[in-house]
Amino acid sequence: MRVLIMAKEGEKSEAATPPTPEAMAEYQKFNEELVKAGVVLEAGRLYPSSQSKRVQFNGKKRTVIDGPFTETKELVAGYWLWQVRSIDEALEWLKRAPYDGGTFEVREVIEFEGM
Amino acid sequence: MHRAIEAIWRIESARLIAGLARVVGDIGTAEELAQDALVAALEQWPTEGVPERAGAWLMGTAKHRAFDLIRRRKTLDHKHEEIGRSVERAQESVDLDAAIDEEVGDDLLGLIFMACHPVLSKDARVALTLRVLGGLTTEEIARAFLVPVSTISQRIVRAKRTLAEAHVRFEVPGGAERIARLSSVLEVIYLIFNEGYSATAGHDWIRPALCEEALRLGRILAELAPAEPEIHGVVALMEIQASRLVARVGPSGEPVLLLDQDRARWDRLLIRRGLKALERAERLGGALGPYALQAAIAACHARATTASETDWPRIVALYDAVAQLAPSPIVELNRAVAVGMAFGPAAGLELVDALVAEPSLKSYHLLPAVRGDLLRKLGRSEEAGDEFERAASLTENVRERELLERRAAECAAQGTAG
Repeated sequence: MRVLIMAKEGEKSEAATPPTPEAMAEYQKFNEELVKAGVVLEAGRLYPSSQSKRVQFNGKKRTVIDGPFTETKELVAGYWLWQVRSIDEALEWLKRAPYDGGTFEVREVIEFEGM
Repeated sequence: MHRAIEAIWRIESARLIAGLARVVGDIGTAEELAQDALVAALEQWPTEGVPERAGAWLMGTAKHRAFDLIRRRKTLDHKHEEIGRSVERAQESVDLDAAIDEEVGDDLLGLIFMACHPVLSKDARVALTLRVLGGLTTEEIARAFLVPVSTISQRIVRAKRTLAEAHVRFEVPGGAERIARLSSVLEVIYLIFNEGYSATAGHDWIRPALCEEALRLGRILAELAPAEPEIHGVVALMEIQASRLVARVGPSGEPVLLLDQDRARWDRLLIRRGLKALERAERLGGALGPYALQAAIAACHARATTASETDWPRIVALYDAVAQLAPSPIVELNRAVAVGMAFGPAAGLELVDALVAEPSLKSYHLLPAVRGDLLRKLGRSEEAGDEFERAASLTENVRERELLERRAAECAAQGTAG
């Protein structure tokens, strides 16, 4: 199964300053381990919400809203797409990630029946 | 808790068995020791909690048992030098957790090479690989291959015995042997993939799971031995083929041919990964191997936004290269299809006609199917209809037979109309 991991890093999601080299190195080591285990399909980091937009749909009307957005806790700072054999396996991998804050959401991707 | 332990086991078991196999020298004992460690975890973790480094805990527990076992064996048989040496090696590494970690990659490779050793039959290699590297249970493997559980368990037991009797060493082979052994590994991985891929009826979840497992093994292997172009070739081929898994089955379960597939349903992520893997193979230089060539052909289809944009002359050239490396009537037939698309149905038909007398294709349904298709394009509907009828009578797949009979009927209708 495929799972999407959304990294909600709280204040850090919005920080304009990049992570320290040590933190980066630790993250890279973990990511490499995941790649070597054949888990990672895709990974990416996102710019802070000050550089992003939202489009709101209301019937036929579309409204574009400029960032930054206020609900810091819900803002996604990065994502992973993983191929795992169960949600539990995803959780076991995720628990090994070198983070000391934030919430990481694990969502299973719907795949077509018969696939 | 049980599910968490199971998940940890799935993540760690292959590395565990690999590390142990290096110490004890055989897969059977390594697997037993790993299972013992799992039992210990199931007993202790629910009350004491899951240790922070669960993998290291399992490895430590299993290695202690391994050393006990080796010592016992050594006292039983002083003369057995090889075991003596492995005890020394094992004891050297006993305090070096870090060294164990670093060797994990090589251990896994060693285990893959051992499980896919050419001394074993293809069936045995597949079963053993799924068991020790995929962490699949005997029941799961049996279900995937639609055979009784006892067949698979016997196959695995016999495979382990064969490896022991043939004194197959735990090693990552080098030189000329590496090429032969590697091709055996790739064959096993692609066989597992095809077993899942060729099952069009998707009722049983485990068969597509075989595709996923083969892909996972391929992706792992590509990171363990990144300098081997054919590994990237087989990964590219699997990624691109898997991108069409959903699109090649119609709403009522009927097969949909490549050129008729809705390309919007192709999995772009897998295509992108496949093209990247192919690039890795190409960047390593040298002539492309058979898997990479097939991947390059699959890539031509993947790159075309619509079927009519397919670069058929390039596909013909790639089939020429495949035919040189691994000539076979089936490759010739595929080449004829590509020639028909690139240079017109008459050119294709000429090549197919040369294959009609080929004994190995005598009951191969795709030969008349391809011939029928080319004849229909040339406006020879009646002959085309006969060929589709013949193809329908040769296939064992019900869905495919229906498709071919429908095409025969279309030709008949066209014949009367024309």
